[in-house]
Amino acid sequence: MKLELHVWRQSGPEDAGRFVTYPVEDVNEHMSFLEVLDVLNQSLIARGEVPIAFEHDCREGICGSCGMVVDGVAHGPQKATTVCQLHMRHFADGDVVVVEPWRARAFPVVKDLVVDRSAFDRIVQAGGFISARTGSAPEANSAPVAKATADLAMDAAECIGCGACVAACPNGSAMLFVAAKISHLGLLPQGQPERWPRARAMVARMEAERFGSCSNYTECEAVCPKRISVSFIARMNRDFLRASLAEPGHGTGKAAAGSQGAGAPHET
Amino acid sequence: MHPRCEMLDLVVVDGRARGIVTRDLLTGEVRSWPAEAVLLATGGYSNAFFLSTNAKGCNTTAIWRAHRRGAGFANPCYTQIHPTCIPQSGDYQSKLTLMSESLRNDGRVWVPKQDGDSRRPEAIAEGERDYYLERLYPSYGNLAPRDISSRAAKRMCDEGRGVGPGGRGVYLDFADAIGRLGEDVIRDRYGNLFEMYERITGEDPYRAPMRIYPAPHYTMGGLWVDYNLQSTIPGLFVLGEANFSDHGANRLGASALMQGLADGYFVIPYTLGEYLAAVRLDAVSTSADAFVEAERAVADRTRRLLDAKGRRTVDAFHRELGSILWERCGMSRTAAGLQQAIGEIRALRDDFWQDVRVPGLGSDLNQELEKAGRVADYFELGELMCRDALERNESCGAHFREEFQTPEGEARRDDERFCHVAVWEHAGEGKPAVRHVEPLEFEAVHLAQRSYK
Repeated sequence: MKLELHVWRQSGPEDAGRFVTYPVEDVNEHMSFLEVLDVLNQSLIARGEVPIAFEHDCREGICGSCGMVVDGVAHGPQKATTVCQLHMRHFADGDVVVVEPWRARAFPVVKDLVVDRSAFDRIVQAGGFISARTGSAPEANSAPVAKATADLAMDAAECIGCGACVAACPNGSAMLFVAAKISHLGLLPQGQPERWPRARAMVARMEAERFGSCSNYTECEAVCPKRISVSFIARMNRDFLRASLAEPGHGTGKAAAGSQGAGAPHET
Repeated sequence: MHPRCEMLDLVVVDGRARGIVTRDLLTGEVRSWPAEAVLLATGGYSNAFFLSTNAKGCNTTAIWRAHRRGAGFANPCYTQIHPTCIPQSGDYQSKLTLMSESLRNDGRVWVPKQDGDSRRPEAIAEGERDYYLERLYPSYGNLAPRDISSRAAKRMCDEGRGVGPGGRGVYLDFADAIGRLGEDVIRDRYGNLFEMYERITGEDPYRAPMRIYPAPHYTMGGLWVDYNLQSTIPGLFVLGEANFSDHGANRLGASALMQGLADGYFVIPYTLGEYLAAVRLDAVSTSADAFVEAERAVADRTRRLLDAKGRRTVDAFHRELGSILWERCGMSRTAAGLQQAIGEIRALRDDFWQDVRVPGLGSDLNQELEKAGRVADYFELGELMCRDALERNESCGAHFREEFQTPEGEARRDDERFCHVAVWEHAGEGKPAVRHVEPLEFEAVHLAQRSYK
């Protein structure tokens, strides 16, 4: 089939950017969307043009590197699918397809379809970890986890940090991402020691990174390639509230340091 | 954290690893980082084949640069070709996807008995199917090890009995398991994998058998390390798939994760401390000659790639290299094929440096430039893979030399002559690497021929 791609080209952060039209022939229904861009890029290089920059890595929908807005929808028209797993059988001959980078204040464009998502890294660095003793193997039987809890934690852990939730949200909110990270660790016994400081620190960092607030559009859940539920946002809010009530002064991002455990409420 | 930063060289001062040189992928800035020790946890080199199950960004550059600075490279020819991957669908294919091995617990592998049988799988009656793993390896059946299963699939396809486009595929059929356990049990066990398969192929594996074919998945070879994970360069430690240590010639399922955990959690926390406690390290400055020289080498190489201004794309070269390696240094190898491959790789590498086209600049995000540097390293590594495979005159684990097989077509080891690790030492630009051996001594368990019959 033949397609007409309208691709956002922007040479760098300072460039205003524009759509450029590229006809692409010989598109095969088994190709992935990224393979169409590969083929287009090969022909651009052959013609002496600069290829379209876009991010990708595993191309299996599990790493979170890829992401672009296809026809107005983050990751494109297929539900619960990253753009690398979007195959061309979902398009028809002659389709005009508009391809843009994530659009969000906290994700400035680096080049073409590549945006800077390092805000996510900084949020994770603020608290998205657990302390673990190295050098010896822990006894697995000493920390039993119920199947239902493990499954729920796994649902949250499925978040690949692609940023589609932010791109889809009219407020540019990162609440679904942060909620998934907080819930994933907060549900498991290994995540308890830092549970409350984690909620405060990650929320503080999120706010500092200029993401918007959640006002329950739930657009995030609709585009999430891993079907992360917005109910995790309620879980995050609850953890954050409890942590803040126990130790006022949230939002400074400093609460995490030196407050591990001390004064934090315990799960009832 | 240093995201979007790539290690492009190792810095060795007074015989010890004392830092690295990186290139900032957004600005092109080349920068040195001095250190007391260097730890590489940079993964394997399956992407030398171009098509593999690895993420596209995985590359050999960090360990290859360290090899060129003196770290021994062990067993480069030991590459694992995993049996259960989704077959290639066209020449635009950018990567291959692994379908977890766990599927073989419930799936049955078969091809039509008749070669050239192009009927739909449901039209092929039970008696016209060859469940070849069950037939050839009755005690292990569909759970035969990876190398065995992969070679058997290749053999079936070479006989003309492969299925799907191009005849490079075999069926992995869940009909019996669904009949026995019900669709819900199968969905609970493999739902995510079935969904992934359907996304990629557009076929529903609950209704029709999956098609699978082997693909490069893991590399057992890597930088040589001792029990402390230290390479032949003091102060350079190598963890995970980047080293050669734990899997011999044939990694078993799930053990890469085990190795990552063991190396990272249990080994290096002790051995790195021991290294640092035992040596007196003077401070090094990035203005030291070794850093300046390494930075210059990185910058020169970048410039050479950009200045070639040739006609062919990086991907075109990489695909061609990958196809040479896949055909001649893949699932089955011969001395003649490997010699031919070495010649072809050398010629292609010369071509690459003359005729590669890397558009854009070195001072901003340039993904073609990133790829070009990695492919340049794959040429050198690819040649070493072939040399290692050529020197190892036996079949061992994932390394299958057609000249060395039993009358039934199984691998025949030569423990008299090859019960050793081959460790290659870089001998300088343009000179052939030197092969050293580390004998393997088995005290408690004695070597035997594998049998899955």
